[in-house]
Amino acid sequence: MTALEGEGVREVFGLPGGANLPMYDEFNRCNIRHILVRHEQSAAHMADGYGRVSRRPGVCFATSGPGATNLLTGIATAQADSAPMVAVTGQVPVHFIGKDAFQESDIMGMANPVVKYAFQPRTPEEVPISVQKAFYIAATGRPGPVLVDIPKDVQSAHAQMRPMDGVSMRGYHPWTDPDIQNVGRAIETLIRADKPIILAGGGTIISSAFAELQAVAEMLTIPVVTTFKGKGAFPENHPLSMGPIGMHGHAEANKIITEADCVLAVGTRFSDRSVGTFEDFESRRTIIHIDVDPAEIGKNQTTRVAVVGDVKASLRVMLRLLEGRKIDRDEGGEWVRHAREMREYWQENLKIHPGELGAAKILRKLRQLLPPESVVTTEVGQHQMWASLFFDVISPGTFFSSTGLGTMGWGFPAAIGAKVARPGVPVVDIAGDGSFNMTENSLATSVLEDIPVIVFLVNNYSLGMVAQWQRTFYKRRMVGVDQGQCPDYVKLAESYGAQGIRAQSMDELDAAIRAGLKSDVATVIDIPIDPEEDVLPFVQPGTPLSKMILPS
Amino acid sequence: MMWAIFSILVENKPGILFEVTHMFRSRNFNIDSIAVGVTENPGLSRMTITTYGDERQLAQIGKQLDKMIDTVEVRRLDEHKTVYRELAIFKIRISNAEDSMEVNKLINAYGAKAHDTRKDSIMAELTSTPDQIRAFEELAGRFGILETARTGMAALQRSGA
Repeated sequence: MTALEGEGVREVFGLPGGANLPMYDEFNRCNIRHILVRHEQSAAHMADGYGRVSRRPGVCFATSGPGATNLLTGIATAQADSAPMVAVTGQVPVHFIGKDAFQESDIMGMANPVVKYAFQPRTPEEVPISVQKAFYIAATGRPGPVLVDIPKDVQSAHAQMRPMDGVSMRGYHPWTDPDIQNVGRAIETLIRADKPIILAGGGTIISSAFAELQAVAEMLTIPVVTTFKGKGAFPENHPLSMGPIGMHGHAEANKIITEADCVLAVGTRFSDRSVGTFEDFESRRTIIHIDVDPAEIGKNQTTRVAVVGDVKASLRVMLRLLEGRKIDRDEGGEWVRHAREMREYWQENLKIHPGELGAAKILRKLRQLLPPESVVTTEVGQHQMWASLFFDVISPGTFFSSTGLGTMGWGFPAAIGAKVARPGVPVVDIAGDGSFNMTENSLATSVLEDIPVIVFLVNNYSLGMVAQWQRTFYKRRMVGVDQGQCPDYVKLAESYGAQGIRAQSMDELDAAIRAGLKSDVATVIDIPIDPEEDVLPFVQPGTPLSKMILPS
Repeated sequence: MMWAIFSILVENKPGILFEVTHMFRSRNFNIDSIAVGVTENPGLSRMTITTYGDERQLAQIGKQLDKMIDTVEVRRLDEHKTVYRELAIFKIRISNAEDSMEVNKLINAYGAKAHDTRKDSIMAELTSTPDQIRAFEELAGRFGILETARTGMAALQRSGA
């Protein structure tokens, strides 16, 4: 615990059990706040949300066996989205390891594929060093979750704290200075292109390179699209912003990138959900790729120019090289004008659901009432994609979602973690009922620990995205998607001591959002929508972005 | 598809073999052979892995290995500048005296060693390149191979290469 304090940890999300009792006893003596969860998966998501917002590793605690295995989904989620996290699990005492002891699980073996690294200190002396290294690894380079699995007897013994001055590991080199010549080649390639575009990924947000990205885009006057994970890396009300590309990308974003002849891709791994098909995407345009992880270069896309380095550092080098250069692509250039016209056209002409509580209308209402600096998380499903389409992120780095693993149940606990990291701003989880069901017992944590967030529940009483696919690909043969009118979310919220409000019209929604923003307890806003509303545009899996289906 | 030899210095710690082989499994790469042993520095082991793939896959294998925190050095060896050997032990069936003579000739021709010579079988220990081992195996196959054990390949790059 002293080692955790040494790392500046102020909060831990967790749940105690037999094998981590010695660690828990230390909460009585240290200055770290323990935030009790109702399921370990939520502890991991809270730590994840905390980590993404604060850019410092969030910490979660669980006991051995089922406590540890319950963390796994949360750890895998953090790994898929490169979120900094330190998970500390209790383990059975050393002499019981391998004996199938009560609540023993080989969490080192199970977690290995979904962590950036894992430690199992076997002596008390190894504990502080493992903790120090865990924080170093979790936060540096491409961030990720690190597991520290501590046997109970090792927790009980006392060790002398001898903190290392600076951690170094001979097999770990998280920093690479961007190669200045490659950055130069990137600039030349961009300037020579007729139809260049910037594709900003999640790495831009992780490295907090918002100002640099905006400066490069403005200096070269290049339209900016993002991946879904990169949503909000660039202000979505900026004249050069075209929004997220991908399976449920903005129409104008998918169209403009289809036309582009050169892409400057920053901090992205070119996921299948973003690019449609790998072959089509790479064959149509020159790709310049900047990423901190050398293994991402050439993994999914062949690149013309590659820069290995932190996004912020690399863009700074680019800006330095651009300074004093005369760039003749002016604001009125044909390509930029075309992009702007396209954006205006689709913003006016994209058909939206006509119902009173259509997805576009309710999300635009939320945007209108929410202060720009608010933090927004989402669950996973239709509402998540509607958020991508209809909720503009204005203040960069305020929008977070489980994009890689697509973990239902992530958004609400992550919102609680985000609120702990940034208590001064409103935090909203844009939720669907299917996802919210998975971790809704975090309402207890929110209420009892006094961490008020708003759950904006886009409720179609079904597993809406799966239902959409069954309507689209399985001729409406609906199986396993109807959730019934169960539970009553207003009563559910109230039973936890939270505020529950049902909004059945735009006026009621307006009032509910205002009530949520004023409330000092969690607020669940239940918004019953048309269960038949689809997410459109839609690029079907395995097809290129050019084959986008638009609402008719 | 190309054949490649990766020579990897890894931290000599529990679970390292799992970590490395799991990376191959999870990323859909294949391990053709693997040999592991401690080095002159007891804190480090050397893994020699042979694998197949196209250029993109082989480049990815190298990068993913490099990315692992417990790998200290990753090199893709050029087989023309490398000493590489594998040890194989074959138990070969002996049906008659003539077989016995022929098999012993074969063993001598390949510079193999004979062990556990019996009336109905003989063991041949051969340290050589995979090509030579394959050739030996084919010729010995005529008599019938009863059992096989192979170590996987060990390799070191020549000095100055």
